[in-house]
Amino acid sequence: MTALGVAPSDLAQRARRIGEGIAGPAADDVDRQARFPTETIGALKSEGILGALVPPELGGWGSSLTEAGDTVFAIGLHCASSAMILAMHHLQVACLARHGRNHLLRDFQRDVVERQLLLASATTEAGVGGKLRTSLCAVERDGDLVSLTKQAPVISYGAQADAVLATARRTAESPPSDQVLVLCRPPGLVLEQMSEWDTLGFRGTCSPGFMLEAKGPADQVLSDPFADIAAQTMLPVSHILWGHVWLGLAASALARARSYVQGEARKQPGVAPPGALRLAEAMTLYQQMASLVHGAAERYDQRPAGEPVGMGDSVALNSLKVGASSLVIDIVSRSLAICGMAGYREGSPYSLGRHLRDAHGAALMVNNDRILGDNAQMLLVYKEHP
Amino acid sequence: MDDEIRRVLRDHGKLPCEVEGLDDDADLFQAGLTSHASVNVMLALEEAFDVEFPEPMLRKATFESIGAMRRALSALTTAGVPS
Repeated sequence: MTALGVAPSDLAQRARRIGEGIAGPAADDVDRQARFPTETIGALKSEGILGALVPPELGGWGSSLTEAGDTVFAIGLHCASSAMILAMHHLQVACLARHGRNHLLRDFQRDVVERQLLLASATTEAGVGGKLRTSLCAVERDGDLVSLTKQAPVISYGAQADAVLATARRTAESPPSDQVLVLCRPPGLVLEQMSEWDTLGFRGTCSPGFMLEAKGPADQVLSDPFADIAAQTMLPVSHILWGHVWLGLAASALARARSYVQGEARKQPGVAPPGALRLAEAMTLYQQMASLVHGAAERYDQRPAGEPVGMGDSVALNSLKVGASSLVIDIVSRSLAICGMAGYREGSPYSLGRHLRDAHGAALMVNNDRILGDNAQMLLVYKEHP
Repeated sequence: MDDEIRRVLRDHGKLPCEVEGLDDDADLFQAGLTSHASVNVMLALEEAFDVEFPEPMLRKATFESIGAMRRALSALTTAGVPS
């Protein structure tokens, strides 16, 4: 796999073993039954990987985003649904690590490490579509206690998560854009499932809609405005870690195509199989995609925490999301063309049906058109040299 | 194993000399094995011995002589087939 660019690090090694030994063998069943990958997430917990992004002073690994991304990639090579769950968990932890500064939230991060708690996200809301920076529901205050009721059309692995971070308006009087991020956890958390999750791809993320009701101490509300959390942490980290999921998916498809071409080549040495040139073409796309994703993670790691995010950064991150999610579809489609019927058929070592279905989720989860629309607005005024 | 390696070399090595006349340790690249032909030799060896050469073995030294190929193939066939 070195040709597909795996960076060495201890956590990534562990994730790689889990990917090969557990996530890979379970992937087809997880996909077929649209079931939660219990065995894979259990293994990630027992290896302590859910604490990757918790700071060392709170007992975590204090991993860089590059290292966390490597764990996601290692799982994504075998099961994109499991990798997406790990990516979304890392994302919630990243928000807490950077913006959860009070005692309660710091203690909770210790808990995440010690008990390997799985964190989910409730950012979308019925009535606002996919707009991250708009909420209808509001935090209600009663002395030192807060409560929140939110109708969430999607909470990925909501039924399996140990806690959920939800967006809401700061108060009942606040405008839709004045949002906060609230930690919702048992015993003050009730999730009632409102819909089913039966989708084309990423079936193992188990992402139905829920009615979320949460109560708890006021310190469960992160003090930083969600506007800052979103710009500094949630948007960059989500796009970068999703990019690692898709990169693993692309690498997995390409590995099947490569293996197919090599098998053909061995039958007739000296005669390049028809797919060999197509494989070489797909490899150049993969390299573009890998550079795009790894470069974004490195830039994030080098950036001082709390540095204001400029328009150029936002344009670049949006371009990362649109670029990587388009490339993954292209690479998987080309891999399918290379494998031909062997890739089209289910149950062969070259089957690519699951890859193709998962790949198409990339452009739809936070729709690329919405993101391009944001960039289109910014590019009306943005003047720096790209 | 040697006979099979020599057969592969004869069929795919495109050597300007007779394979039978080469010593176990004769440098095949000096004997005229091109890098293009060496890829075909690798493929034919993989097919003949039902192995896959892993990344660390994909280097000139692995294919520089009949003896070197035998050692590489022995290591692979005893260790099982890596994928």
